[in-house]
Amino acid sequence: MKYVDEFRDGDLARRIGDNIVHEADPSRDYRFMEFCGGHTHAIARYGVVDLLPGNLRMIHGPGCPVCVLPIGRVDMAIRLAFERGVMLCTYGDVMRVPASDGLSLMRAKARGADIRMVYSPLDALKLASANPGREVVFFAIGFETTTPPTALAIRQAESEGLQNFSVLCSHVLTPAAITHVLRSPEVQDYRTVPIDGFVGPAHVSIVIGSRPYEGFATTYRKPVVIAGFEPLDVMQAILMLVRQVNEGRAEVENEFTRAVTREGNACAQAAMADVFEVRESFEWRGLGQVPASALKIRGDYAAFDAETRFDLDYRPVADHKQCECGAILRGVKKPTECKLFGNVCTPETPMGSCMVSSEGACAAHYSYGRFRDIPVVSA
Amino acid sequence: MCLALPARVAELVGMDHAMIDLGGIRKRISIALVPQACVGDYVIVHVGYAIGMLDPEEAEATLKLFAEMSA
Repeated sequence: MKYVDEFRDGDLARRIGDNIVHEADPSRDYRFMEFCGGHTHAIARYGVVDLLPGNLRMIHGPGCPVCVLPIGRVDMAIRLAFERGVMLCTYGDVMRVPASDGLSLMRAKARGADIRMVYSPLDALKLASANPGREVVFFAIGFETTTPPTALAIRQAESEGLQNFSVLCSHVLTPAAITHVLRSPEVQDYRTVPIDGFVGPAHVSIVIGSRPYEGFATTYRKPVVIAGFEPLDVMQAILMLVRQVNEGRAEVENEFTRAVTREGNACAQAAMADVFEVRESFEWRGLGQVPASALKIRGDYAAFDAETRFDLDYRPVADHKQCECGAILRGVKKPTECKLFGNVCTPETPMGSCMVSSEGACAAHYSYGRFRDIPVVSA
Repeated sequence: MCLALPARVAELVGMDHAMIDLGGIRKRISIALVPQACVGDYVIVHVGYAIGMLDPEEAEATLKLFAEMSA
């Protein structure tokens, strides 16, 4: 596919890899956090780690919406399906997220709940039109990439006069999560997670632009390089971060200029601002309550807000005791440092959310990197 | 989750919609978030909506940058 294949070229990848090795200072360490699950996936799938020098480590960040979705939110969706008999629509990634009582949306569906996997919020709208006698709820998750489509779906439901459609909104905000990581005690006080810079989001930045990251460069003195999700994009961004660190700079740079501008997509931002407002606080798996980090539906659109419509309350639920997703999402631990990794917790039977989405740090490492941990010996 | 793909706009369909061509597969999507999109443009498609435009000149410049060797 055009604009995809060119950015996966192996020869060019090796060339950028050589440049990184050549320019990285062997007398120091480099630790960069890739915020997005899309980058985590690309790094694991394309073996980017193999082309990086040993003194450069990539830390996986919390930018995987499925991974940061707390059990309590999935429980809300399952309760809606079982107790209120709604037709619950959601994205495929959400289906296997572990919830309370050994359930997930997939298992609830197997037990008879009407749960539908959809590609687009437009599909949920179609189901609502086709089933006027049913309540149809779209369980919306995702960062700023996914939020404008939800906003447009709600506006479309209003203009079409759909009476049986509502949204369980669990949209979260990227800059708030990065701020939270930077302010965490592991980064600020204990220095157990030293971060020298960030590979910044690709598709989130198409919507919000590069400007929101400028504060991280100036206030926290951390370089940010926005990068596309293809392997060459990630490698070029790592090279640009190495250069910033070597030169003592902390700036926002944009590797993904083919899609990201400083201002972002004004039309998408306006749609989000029209339909959503910022929640005071929201629970993230792994990060806990993060202030001003998520969106809720504005009062003007309250008729389409499932939380209001069904008078739902949020009940926090603790994660599995031995699951290290929390520490992994904060960059404190690696997937292999979790006792459950690869034995009871696998992509087929995920115990924690990081094993669910292919973008989760655990699933990415399990699928593409677990044999790297085993030394090669001659037979 | 934030997966999105660049696709060529093959045809504009009524208000706010377009047929896109994605490596031979045609699909109807919403272009309400990129009203400036024209036939032949590449848009970035996510969950049935174009969320942004792809700039071919910038794509070319980035590819050239990859090929550069460090000094």
